Amino acid sequence: MKIPLTLKKLFRRRIVLAAGICLLVVVLVALLANVITGYDPNETAVRERLSVPTASHLMGTDELGRDLFARIAFGGRYSLTIAALTAFGAIVFGTLFGLLAGFFRRLDAPIMRVVDAMMSLPDILLAIALVAILGPSMLNVVLALVLVYSPRVARVVRASTLVVRELLFVEAARAVGVSTGRILWRHILPNLMSPILVQASFIFAYAILAEAALSFLGVGVPPEIPTWGTMVAGSQQYAHEALWIVLFPGLAIILTALSLQLLGDGVRDLLDPRLKKSL
Amino acid sequence: MTAPLIEVKNLQRYFGAPAKPVRAVDDVSFTIQPGETLGLVGESGSGKSTIGRTLLRLIESTSGQVLYRGEDLGAASSRRMRTLRSKLQMIFQDPYASLNPKMRVKDILGEALQVHGLANGKAARAQRIAELLALVGLRAEHADRYPHEFSGGQRQRIGVARALAVEPEFIVADEPLSALDVSIQAQVVNLLCDLRDRLSLTMLFISHDLDVVEYLCDRVVVLYLGRVMEVAPTAELFARPLHPYTQALLAASPKPDPEHKSERVALKGDIPSPMNPPSGCVFRTRCPHAIEACAGARPELRDMGQGRFKACIRDDIVINTSLMAA
Amino acid sequence: MNSPITSSNDPSTADTASTVSITPRLDVRHLSTFFDTDEGLIRSVADVSFSIRPGKTTALVGESGSGKSVTSLTLMRLLSRTAATQVSGQALFTNRAGETLDLLALPEPAMRRIRGNEIAMIFQEPMTSLNPVFTVGEQIAESVRLHMGLDRSAALAHAQRMLELVEIPAAAQRLHEYPHQLSGGMRQRVMIALAMACNPTLLIADEPTTALDVTIQAQILELMRRLQAETGMSILFITHNLGVVAHHADDVAVMYAGRIVESAPVRELFALPRHPYTQGLLACLPAQQRKRELAAGEVGAKRRLYAIRGQVSSPLAPPPGCAFEPRCDHALAACREAMPALESAGPHRSARCILVRETATVPALPVETA
Repeated sequence: MKIPLTLKKLFRRRIVLAAGICLLVVVLVALLANVITGYDPNETAVRERLSVPTASHLMGTDELGRDLFARIAFGGRYSLTIAALTAFGAIVFGTLFGLLAGFFRRLDAPIMRVVDAMMSLPDILLAIALVAILGPSMLNVVLALVLVYSPRVARVVRASTLVVRELLFVEAARAVGVSTGRILWRHILPNLMSPILVQASFIFAYAILAEAALSFLGVGVPPEIPTWGTMVAGSQQYAHEALWIVLFPGLAIILTALSLQLLGDGVRDLLDPRLKKSL
Repeated sequence: MTAPLIEVKNLQRYFGAPAKPVRAVDDVSFTIQPGETLGLVGESGSGKSTIGRTLLRLIESTSGQVLYRGEDLGAASSRRMRTLRSKLQMIFQDPYASLNPKMRVKDILGEALQVHGLANGKAARAQRIAELLALVGLRAEHADRYPHEFSGGQRQRIGVARALAVEPEFIVADEPLSALDVSIQAQVVNLLCDLRDRLSLTMLFISHDLDVVEYLCDRVVVLYLGRVMEVAPTAELFARPLHPYTQALLAASPKPDPEHKSERVALKGDIPSPMNPPSGCVFRTRCPHAIEACAGARPELRDMGQGRFKACIRDDIVINTSLMAA
Repeated sequence: MNSPITSSNDPSTADTASTVSITPRLDVRHLSTFFDTDEGLIRSVADVSFSIRPGKTTALVGESGSGKSVTSLTLMRLLSRTAATQVSGQALFTNRAGETLDLLALPEPAMRRIRGNEIAMIFQEPMTSLNPVFTVGEQIAESVRLHMGLDRSAALAHAQRMLELVEIPAAAQRLHEYPHQLSGGMRQRVMIALAMACNPTLLIADEPTTALDVTIQAQILELMRRLQAETGMSILFITHNLGVVAHHADDVAVMYAGRIVESAPVRELFALPRHPYTQGLLACLPAQQRKRELAAGEVGAKRRLYAIRGQVSSPLAPPPGCAFEPRCDHALAACREAMPALESAGPHRSARCILVRETATVPALPVETA
């Protein structure tokens, strides 16, 4: 099987390869949760509560006797979905405003002042405030996090837009008579993909951590929904008895976020010199 | 005398603070006849690139007029300008930067066609693209590739094809050879000549390479610090330059011939800043023939007959012709 | 001054040895630089041999991909030391004391003593070659202190003398200015001052005037010529501009696809180029075109320029035999079989072409074909 050169270069560093594999495993486990685990994550079995990891319960059980592995696998679905939606939303929103700010001089100052204002508030505090206003639900958590992370994307996209806008092929497109809208869509945006992709991977990682933090603090997803964060929140009082019930969700959070960040590093390294070469 | 295709009248382009602007183009006037290739030569700060861009309204002028077939381009609406762009095109200097790296050749050319409603329909467009590629010496299958798969010379050909796609009458070639190897330059020069003759194009050829200008152009305008120093038909300019700057420029370009004895007229000093041009004649600070009067009023572009103009108050300068020809 | 390393069996140095036994300032023998990349092995420089006479200028001429810049970086040992870079060959340099050293075999500390001191280098882009956060004077002084051991004030005084040497007006004031405050021509003069600070015996100039305006270029070239006359240093001048070569070089080596394809004294090269690439290169210049037209009595005929057809092959897919064969008008079947060796083509001349060897006469200058 011929591995495309891009992948070969991306995974040249072993740690990036490890991160990629780790992430793949996490995603697969989440996707195939009902196939891999034998238990219903919500099925309680009070008799087996707080049992140590055994052959039948690979990661033990929580305070209600629910199989931890099943909860983590299914919980992965929620956590990953929230994080993915956040990343997607932040990218779309942030790119839109970054593009406008970078391309149209008159829009630059107003948009960036709003961005600066939003970035001056600490992420978590802003997220907490927004969820408090909107009310705890998965959708609202996503919305809040999108609002928190969009300014970051907007800033990066604006910077790149400022550069791409001055490139010769943009001027050449204008000389041919291409309309402004088409220039933005066909000429500027595709050349912003590198920084956008890098941002996306980092925001995905931040979102995992942020959702966990919010849920842990009780201002995130409602506790009935088993995300990794709510699992840690819900079980924390039993941690001294049964370390594993917070250890495993915690590990899931850390591993996923770390893998995403390392992958993001790898993507950035890959795209930077390539950008120079193909440009 | 036929009506000129392009008329530039008192063109000015200043940048920066109104109090102390950078005078990139400082009252430049010339005309271009239909079918003619006019050369625009000068060094950095001469304003030649700015003039090229201002001509096509890629940059707005500060004052002055650019007339295309008598129509004032500065007054045209953006819709009118878009239509006019199919008549006025540009070939850019850097073939590595003038093509969008994310677009295939067929998209780059197709976009040009689409903007002006040419070759509608998938089949017609594909055929036209193939024709354009053949016109510039490339093959039809090149349409599916990305710019980075081509060499500099080939990319420049694609740039030429893009300019020709909209069926222009007038082309501004902004230093189209500077980024190319010598052996490829000859190919592209030949291409431009062929196309010019075949499609009856009028061209403004901007360059700092005097040898190529001599080969390619019918008339030449010599610029220095945003002003016209001399205008003349090519052969006369190179055989008998009337302006000291032209002479210095010709003497400074080394001819690829060790036997050719060139006059050592190495100009002293640097090119002055366009923010702070010398009073009177801008060239006087480096001119070996400068006199007191040169610091006074700005010299007019005087008509010396036979299509020759010079912006110099002196008529008694002996220009050494031993460095020319043979 | 006979160095034990010199051998006169090598055809590439046969000519130098046959002249008056002056040891060349730099004698490059079979230099090769290969890069092992993801896409394959790139032979940037292959079997390059040339020599530079003391006090003379040798021009290394080539277009993009010819390997001329990589050659100079290899000689100065400025290539990054990764496993992917393979360098072989010898670069025999005769220093001020008369010792001959192989630059490629020197340990790094010894090489550092030579760089900036015995061998200096100037680059194409003066803005990026000068450190923007240090003043001009400090940068020159740094080199001087490093190699000549002067203290700070003595070094600055020397730096000022250097600026005066390169004809920078108001040198005392310029000493304290930053690179961005100077024009392109000035910066290149500063680069030259920096290079000259320790009185080098060899100056490597990599396209020093390409980024400059024509009138400034003329000044810089004049300056370099004057400095050479005054100090007796040799110059390795890397360029693609044949006009500059014609008037500022004594010997010329033409490179194509990483190899030397022809070398000759400058007048002979222009009068009678022997390698088809050199012939093509000269023929496609508009100035040469005019010369031919005049000679043929057809002034203003405005024929098409002669153009070498095609383009340089990708370094990842070199032709099987001679690298120039796909573009050569005189190519024979034998040209595809093997890379020709660089052989003598007359007194002080060599060429890498089987036609030069086989025919007593040179292939005619290409005639324009419609």
